[in-house]
Amino acid sequence: MIGRLPIAKMLAATIALTVVISAVMLPINWNGQGASTAAPKIDTLLDVMIVLSAFVFALVMVMLGYALWKFKAKPGDESDGEPIHGNTRLEIAWTVIPTIIVLFGAGYSWAVLDDIEDPAENPLKVQVFAQQFAWSFGYPGKDEVWSEGEMHVPLDRQVHFKLHAQDVIHSFWVPEWRIKKDAVPGITTTAIVTPDKPGTYQLVCTELCGVGHATMRATVVVEPAAKFRKWVKGLDQKVPAPFKESVIQDTEVDPIPIGAGGA
Amino acid sequence: MVTAIKQPGWIRGALGMVLGVAFGFGLVVSLRAISGLDVFQTEQTGYPHVVVPLITGPLGFLLGFGCFDYWLRWAAGMPTIPEDHSQHGAKSWKDYFRFNTDHKVIGVQYVVTTFIFFFIGGLMAMLIRAELAQPGSQIVDPSTYNGLFSTHAVLMIFVFVIPVFAGLANYVLPLMIGAPDMAFPRLNALSFWMLPLAGLLFIGSFLAPGGAFDAGWTGYAPLSTGAPLGQSFFNVGVQFAGASSIATALNFLVTIITMRAPGMTFWRMPLLVWANLSTSLLVVAATPFIAGAQFMVLFDRVLHTNFFEFAAGGDVVSYQHIFWFYSHPAVYIMMLPGFGIISEVISTHARKPIFGYRLMALALIGIVVLSYSVWAHHMFVAGMFSWLRVPMMITTLLIAVPTGIKIFSWLGTLYFGKIHTYSTAMLFALAFIVTFTIGGISGVMLGMVPIDIHVSDTYFIVAHIHFVLFGGSVFTIFAGVYHWFPKMTGRMYDERLGRVHFWGTLFGTWLTFIPMHWVGMDGMPRRVADYATQFGEWNLLISCGAFVLGAVQLVFLYNMIVSWKYGPRAEANPWRAKTIEWQVSSPPPIFNFDEIPRVVGGPYEFGVPGARHAIMSGESAEVAKPEPTTVGSST
Repeated sequence: MIGRLPIAKMLAATIALTVVISAVMLPINWNGQGASTAAPKIDTLLDVMIVLSAFVFALVMVMLGYALWKFKAKPGDESDGEPIHGNTRLEIAWTVIPTIIVLFGAGYSWAVLDDIEDPAENPLKVQVFAQQFAWSFGYPGKDEVWSEGEMHVPLDRQVHFKLHAQDVIHSFWVPEWRIKKDAVPGITTTAIVTPDKPGTYQLVCTELCGVGHATMRATVVVEPAAKFRKWVKGLDQKVPAPFKESVIQDTEVDPIPIGAGGA
Repeated sequence: MVTAIKQPGWIRGALGMVLGVAFGFGLVVSLRAISGLDVFQTEQTGYPHVVVPLITGPLGFLLGFGCFDYWLRWAAGMPTIPEDHSQHGAKSWKDYFRFNTDHKVIGVQYVVTTFIFFFIGGLMAMLIRAELAQPGSQIVDPSTYNGLFSTHAVLMIFVFVIPVFAGLANYVLPLMIGAPDMAFPRLNALSFWMLPLAGLLFIGSFLAPGGAFDAGWTGYAPLSTGAPLGQSFFNVGVQFAGASSIATALNFLVTIITMRAPGMTFWRMPLLVWANLSTSLLVVAATPFIAGAQFMVLFDRVLHTNFFEFAAGGDVVSYQHIFWFYSHPAVYIMMLPGFGIISEVISTHARKPIFGYRLMALALIGIVVLSYSVWAHHMFVAGMFSWLRVPMMITTLLIAVPTGIKIFSWLGTLYFGKIHTYSTAMLFALAFIVTFTIGGISGVMLGMVPIDIHVSDTYFIVAHIHFVLFGGSVFTIFAGVYHWFPKMTGRMYDERLGRVHFWGTLFGTWLTFIPMHWVGMDGMPRRVADYATQFGEWNLLISCGAFVLGAVQLVFLYNMIVSWKYGPRAEANPWRAKTIEWQVSSPPPIFNFDEIPRVVGGPYEFGVPGARHAIMSGESAEVAKPEPTTVGSST
């Protein structure tokens, strides 16, 4: 049965289509500018997935296209097709090959996950406070100092953001860093980022948190360590009492991601 | 008038509703008065004098309408009314508007009701896209916006996609397995009548002080536990939709297991039957979890039970675990019946047996098993223990395998067939393969933790779920409605209008949902009433696509209504299919079969010389002809 199909030509068409789709899609920087050490790793994973997906999509399109071209009934033809009920080898193939592909994807993703969450020596700890509908930040210092709506972090040093929510769930996302984590009332969650490009970015809340969700933003500035230290020194507000309390009371579910990196 | 009140029906139903509301209201008010509390508690999460009537009112309606009459008499030891089949079947259009136990009537009731909610939910989508066409706030304020997208999702999921499949299967499945009706016809009718009540509760929330529920269809605590009264409408509405869903699933399970015609072994069941068997297995075990989750939220709101109140020792993340333990299987509840429809349509119109029938059935069961083990992939960034992410990623990616088997087997079915594309049902089935493949691909990407960390809660998610739910589920629903329209109405629809609807829908779907992937990856979060100006042009394009998609559904509506009334009469078997429902007249006789058919072969034996699927009444096996026979057609 398979022998009656132009398998080589179909495969060639699939590969050609895969190449065309990949050639169009790969040059585009889908995730936008990257500004952390995690960004190129995640973007590369995405590119690999785009090529694999392009192949799967091309395969389906070629199989469908050929069938519609070759086996379309002529007008007035009321006869039935050939009574083929299946083909065990083919069925095994399209069970086993996709299994291998997705297990490869899972393994690769796991490796990337380990990599981007690998805790470094001496990270900077920043307390992030989320409330309806504003962000504020606590920095280690003589006494914890506090910044509202603007966060500075040093270049090329790993930062552990300790996320606290005062009311409902919020989510911490800087698109250029590719890292996102929910801030959950009652627990402390951790996001690990190593910013590697100086600049000004937006911190976006991505978990629906009420009427002001769309406008819950903060400014993020990545700058050289010396400038950062100067900025922290210039902060004169202390972390307000209720926020400080949440730092003490919230249970830290997962300080260093288990299963990734540190395990 | 007095007799009208004694007879089950609309008047007694309205009376029951009023009494139910009065009972609930009176109960709360008097208990509070006795306890020395304020009679009316109007904290925004409270309003017990509204919340309790929301439960007792619909129950009063169901009681009055006659849904429980037989059981109550039986339970009370009263003589039951002898079954005279007066509640069975439709002799005029009025019979569709009362308590009816005929699975064919109930099927039509389901499909029509759910499509009404589809159009209401669709109008909300149009409002959402109008607001998002430009950055800034133009049409609705952010609070109304949050209410609109929440209600849109809830209507589409709970009172359109899930129940419309139950409706189609209600009509077709008993016929397919050669049964005279469902196993529990009265339960079946009760299931249906709970559904419009759920829908009305969802829509009614717009009238509540504080507006409609606006915490998304996911209703995450503590946003939902602290939200205004409208949230309670959602919590209660889900109970009615869920109970309806569970009762129907039990009914399907018992019907499929015990009521198959002689000779219909499991391996001779059409794949639509397999699909509904699998779906029902998911519904009976998973749906209680969302019912529970919403009761817990309701109790947190009204009774201060503190399940999810962190300040009182509650656990916020646990809501998401319970919710997704239902709501991920729910994704397959919304997809597996569609897989069944596609198998029927493709086999029939390619004139070929399904390629790898047994593997197709096993793939459905594989999806059922795996789908219980993937829920936490919705929570990769939610703050759960991080070790849970990798195993959930592996199961999530593995579930692509049985899904892939289905795609390849449908393609395999086309090969060496005689593919007919004159039917709109077949066009939707073929387009489904392509569109669903794209949705599956983005699903695999989302399953990978590092990619998900970046695109979670962005428009990429919105794009993915609409590709699988609109490009997937809704395409299969359209395929199913077109395919069985002649059987259900006894009329043919207009294929020309069908093609306009098909091409418009395909174009609109791609134009609307493809660019959503891009803006999501580029940084646009979901569930926002406003967005950064850099996304303005793409959003305008997306909105244009959505308006095309919305407008072209009116062609479908016109086609369905006009064809139902004026379309040419349908033959028994216009598609020359093999399954049993096509071997009886269109529409089928009130009791389906004069004599239960005997099943003698597989359901898709196209091109097999002399093969038969079933022998209908009045036939003997000896006169079996090789070519498809249309028996019982209304000549």
